[in-house]
Amino acid sequence: MLYREVGQYKTSYGADQALFPILQDRIGIAVILLLAFVGVPLTASSFTIDSILIPVLVLSLAATGLNLLTGYTGLLSLGTGGFMGVGAFACYKLTTFFPNVNIIVLILCSGFFAAAIGTVFGLPSLRIKGFYLAVATLAAQFFLSWCFIRVAWLYNYNVSASIEVPTKTLFGLAVTGPTASPVTRYLIVLSIVALLTLMAANLVRGRIGRTWMAVRDMDLAAELIGIRLYQTKLLAFAVSSFYCGVAGAMMVFLWLGNAESESFNINQSFLILFMVIIGGLGSLLGSFLGAALIWGLPIVLRAAPAFFGVSIRSATAEQASFVIVGALIIFFLIVEPRGLARLWQIGKQKLRVWPFPY
Amino acid sequence: MGKTVGAPILEVEGVSLSFGGVVALQAVTFDVREHEIRAIIGPNGAGKSSLLNVINGFYHPQQGSISFKGRRRRQVDPHEAAQAGIARTFQNIALFRGMTVLDNLMTGRTLKMTSNFLQQALYWGAARREELEHRAKIEEVIDFLEIQHIRKTPVGRLPYGLQKRVELGRALAAEPQLLLLDEPMAGMNLEEKQDMCRFILDVNDQFGTTIVLIEHDMSVVMDLSDRVAVLDYGRKIADGAPDEVRRDQAVIDAYLGVAH
Amino acid sequence: MTHLLYSIFVDPFVQMGAAPDLLAQTLWEGLVSGVLYALIALGFVLIFKASGVFNFAQGIMVVFSALTLVGLNEHGVPAYLALALTVVVMLVLAFAVERVILRPLVNQPDIILFMATFGLTYFLIGLGELIFGGDPKVMISDQLRLPGGSYRIPMLGGYVQMQKIDIAATVIASLMVAALAIMFNRTRIGRALRAVADSHKAALSVGISLEQIWVIVWFAAGIVAIATGIMWGARSNVSFALEIIALKALPVLILGGFTSIPGAIIGGIIIGVGEKIGEFYWGPLLGSGIESWLAYVIALVFLLFRPQGLFGERIIERL
Repeated sequence: MLYREVGQYKTSYGADQALFPILQDRIGIAVILLLAFVGVPLTASSFTIDSILIPVLVLSLAATGLNLLTGYTGLLSLGTGGFMGVGAFACYKLTTFFPNVNIIVLILCSGFFAAAIGTVFGLPSLRIKGFYLAVATLAAQFFLSWCFIRVAWLYNYNVSASIEVPTKTLFGLAVTGPTASPVTRYLIVLSIVALLTLMAANLVRGRIGRTWMAVRDMDLAAELIGIRLYQTKLLAFAVSSFYCGVAGAMMVFLWLGNAESESFNINQSFLILFMVIIGGLGSLLGSFLGAALIWGLPIVLRAAPAFFGVSIRSATAEQASFVIVGALIIFFLIVEPRGLARLWQIGKQKLRVWPFPY
Repeated sequence: MGKTVGAPILEVEGVSLSFGGVVALQAVTFDVREHEIRAIIGPNGAGKSSLLNVINGFYHPQQGSISFKGRRRRQVDPHEAAQAGIARTFQNIALFRGMTVLDNLMTGRTLKMTSNFLQQALYWGAARREELEHRAKIEEVIDFLEIQHIRKTPVGRLPYGLQKRVELGRALAAEPQLLLLDEPMAGMNLEEKQDMCRFILDVNDQFGTTIVLIEHDMSVVMDLSDRVAVLDYGRKIADGAPDEVRRDQAVIDAYLGVAH
Repeated sequence: MTHLLYSIFVDPFVQMGAAPDLLAQTLWEGLVSGVLYALIALGFVLIFKASGVFNFAQGIMVVFSALTLVGLNEHGVPAYLALALTVVVMLVLAFAVERVILRPLVNQPDIILFMATFGLTYFLIGLGELIFGGDPKVMISDQLRLPGGSYRIPMLGGYVQMQKIDIAATVIASLMVAALAIMFNRTRIGRALRAVADSHKAALSVGISLEQIWVIVWFAAGIVAIATGIMWGARSNVSFALEIIALKALPVLILGGFTSIPGAIIGGIIIGVGEKIGEFYWGPLLGSGIESWLAYVIALVFLLFRPQGLFGERIIERL
């Protein structure tokens, strides 16, 4: 009963095609944004912000990027980690070359570098399809991982082959580096993620999103309608890599404060892929839900035993979380292959008629 | 009929197509005049779908040429064909299953949308205008095909007959000049067939669209079409008005399987 | 510029000619690692051929089986008994996978099943670490009476050193491949396996028990995994890093096709030899460690010319 749409007539196509056509959805989003921008900085602890909120936001952005490529366009990619790394190292080099430029601008620019690299590795998609293309992305991943170690120029010839983030300020406030406060970093990450997600939502509901989905569902028919397959696929690679690159740059500059090449290896790619699978392929909401679950689960697992008074070594908790994540993936695939986002949709459907069963 | 059939808009000349050792089409020549309804019939495996695929640019023939609206090509590029105004439906429905009916129809209008990436990302200006304009156009097609009630249903969930109708809608959404229909009534019951016939006739009548139709149901072919071409083993064996073709001995032999 | 061209296109061959025994050594090393890649690829092929599932967990099955073997031995179980018990464990695993993963997902698209094997991989990684700990272990080669030491064969102006364990691995792998090829092509079970790979529904309709077939084939893959684990472990040691090496099977499968047993061997050898030669003669130009990506690039180049792999069937798309 809470969620009834009765009485909400759309009198124009514009109203029908709005992002949130249902009033309750609009209220819901407004509340969430209010909580996120205002409520959290006022009430959440630094630990929550640093260990949960910022990571989930950054990883959601990367998951969104991968979702655009794999969920919406149907091109399985195992190179997410590598593209995140390109963004991170590009940002680092940009701060070296342009120390006085606003860091947010640099973070967004590094996305473009990632987009360029992503497009290059997407070139084989003209000839290669489906699973074989995934192997091409694996080649990208391993090659990029190798570059992050071997090409010393990337980390300014630092002996430890890692990068340390310099302190950058915005309006006098430190936003990166050891002195930046969690709240400041959180607000910047939140703003960037919100903006880019909005753009993704617009892309997905418009012509470009439709051509992506057409390529995913039946590329031969898409071609005969007049859609240019190659350009559509390359665009998907470019946009997806842009998002991953920005996420990578944010990961280093606004979350960890440092990075090494291992941070962007194949395991990172798998991690983001799991988030997308569990969250729901082809759903932007799913990217967030998946990231929250996969990131949050080990934290809950580590905290839970202490909560119940039992102590477990952190290594054991880590391993247990592997087991549980693995089991969860299988469980979700059996129960709802379309992920958490679909479960959410089903939940909303039930809310429509609650308290009646149907 | 009350319509005037014009000059040939599509000319297929001497097209031969083979895959490895299998010959699909042998020196097929036929034309389609503007505003007419042209049927292609023949036993299974005669090469009818291959012929449509060649016109579309999905297959490239080894010999021969295709002229559409005066432009002559050996090999048609699918994108060019779509741009020039050719749309089609498929024997085994080729809808985009992950999308709703509305979205599927909107993809039919992809070529008419020109807003750039940035406008799309910000849903601003030309992008927003286009979405609404084309949505209005799509709604006309939806009204025409009487599928309002399933607008937002994912096509994968629709029954077969409705999927075929949606596929026709996607082709119509492109406002084509030449519409290629590959067995649009396959697997339909009598009522559905009658509806589909009505739609096809209306499309031809109201929009003047030229239609090429592959169909097995003889009564439909006789009723709808202006001219009929008959294929057998990749060769054209008859061509003319429905009545003539029906009485042609070679056609009768082909369908009865007499050795020839 | 000419110096660069020289060092890429001419110099490596000059080096090869100057020390042919070193070339032979490199070729041998490449052959051996190729055979081991092929063994991993074989596990993939078995499961893919019979169930259409790309079993991403094959790599971790190799590690897991090796860990079980060594772990049991560490707890005092004699080597051959430990081996037998490991076989039982892999059988239990096959049953479990069939019951918990394959049966519920029987009609889902392949991508879903593929992702389920991702889940299985993580599950086994966690389980393996929980039970056996995360430290690398030493394979119990002596207890298994695997041959140690090496032969030094004088040839081509120098000598080539061949580890006996490598020779044993090559022989065992060849025997396994031959046995599997015979089983697939000549026996009733093999025919049933191929039927299931083609179409689950059709196979069911002729009375083939899908569950039985799947258990058989996952068990067979488990046996291959044990053999691979022992061989790999004997040459280096048993650690979770092996899991990543298993990803190398992918380029092998690309070259050899996903459903061809001989293809897995040939693909493996091409990748193994290509990698070693590339690393040894061209590696110094680029820096070390290029074998981490060279195999994939080789596969990628092949794919660009033959999108369906060397032995794969050409897919004709119909509309």
